[in-house]
Amino acid sequence: MLVSLYRYNPEVDAKPSMQDYELDLPAGKDLMVLDVLELLKRKDPSISYRRSCREGVCGSDGMNINGTNGLACITPVSSVAKNGKLILRPLPGLPVVRDLVVDMTVFYTQFEKIEPYLINDKPVPAIERLQSPEEREKLDGLYECILCACCSTNCPSFWWNPDKFVGPAGLLQAYRFLADSRDTATDARLAELEDPFSVFRCRGIMNCVAVCPKGLNPTRAIGHIRSMLLQRAS
Amino acid sequence: MVTNVTSFGRSGLYDWVMQRITAVVLGVYFIALFTYLLLNPDLDYQQWHALFSTTWVRIASLAALLSICAHAWVGLWTISTDYLTTYLLGPKATVLRLLFQAGSVVLMFIYLVWGIQILWGM
Repeated sequence: MLVSLYRYNPEVDAKPSMQDYELDLPAGKDLMVLDVLELLKRKDPSISYRRSCREGVCGSDGMNINGTNGLACITPVSSVAKNGKLILRPLPGLPVVRDLVVDMTVFYTQFEKIEPYLINDKPVPAIERLQSPEEREKLDGLYECILCACCSTNCPSFWWNPDKFVGPAGLLQAYRFLADSRDTATDARLAELEDPFSVFRCRGIMNCVAVCPKGLNPTRAIGHIRSMLLQRAS
Repeated sequence: MVTNVTSFGRSGLYDWVMQRITAVVLGVYFIALFTYLLLNPDLDYQQWHALFSTTWVRIASLAALLSICAHAWVGLWTISTDYLTTYLLGPKATVLRLLFQAGSVVLMFIYLVWGIQILWGM
């Protein structure tokens, strides 16, 4: 198999380049893209990428695989390689630290901005804050996000305004707390999102939905936020 | 909250609602106009002139004209803040963006006044 890998070490290289590797894959097995990277790293230890759990839970190995963002550890080579060629690039739109490792600072800054934690100004109950099964159900499809950044770095609005547009990942979490029956800061949260950039840069092209490795739907969450903003203001 | 003084209503929600309302106005107006053209294949100048002499058509046309201006402003403002940014082009982008926005506004204002003149001057 031919693997074309994005190589860039800002300390040494003037500009990024693609390096080709010829790799013999074990027969009769459909490896994951991460397995291919591990084999490559044995051949060339200078290759850099992030990985941890290798089972789609930690969200470390988000990368651009043959033009589509995804998690290397849960993407079978057979599903992405075209004409026996695998092309691996870092997540688009973020500064490259080295090879496939990107600087996710802007991504985390946006996540921080939406205050991704429960805010409740009522006295703390003796045991816990209860929710009905129906209230809890509203958080399904929201809390599962692992912050791999595949969605936000696949979003043109996030590419052009990563400092102003919260991005699909951040907005999915924003809605996760707006929808939480135990959260009492709904109004303050909405007030922070009403400007022309934070939410409304979303043009609904659903690139986020197309690539989410967890099958989540940030566009729908953004739609819910818009409805809540509209209800609040009218 | 990200603030910006040049957007249409200085609120993302307001701009978004305006863009949708104006889209409905434009949709209804042009569908009605195209239907009229389809139903009148042998349309001549007198008939067209008579159509635009009725007050209702003039009101609807003015609503469509105003809607185009508001709709285009939100759209062009969005384009300018997507592509003409310091993030992409460096410090010179601010001047470039403001020039583009000013140009858009002037052009839209000219079209608006000109449109009203045509509509009500006939």
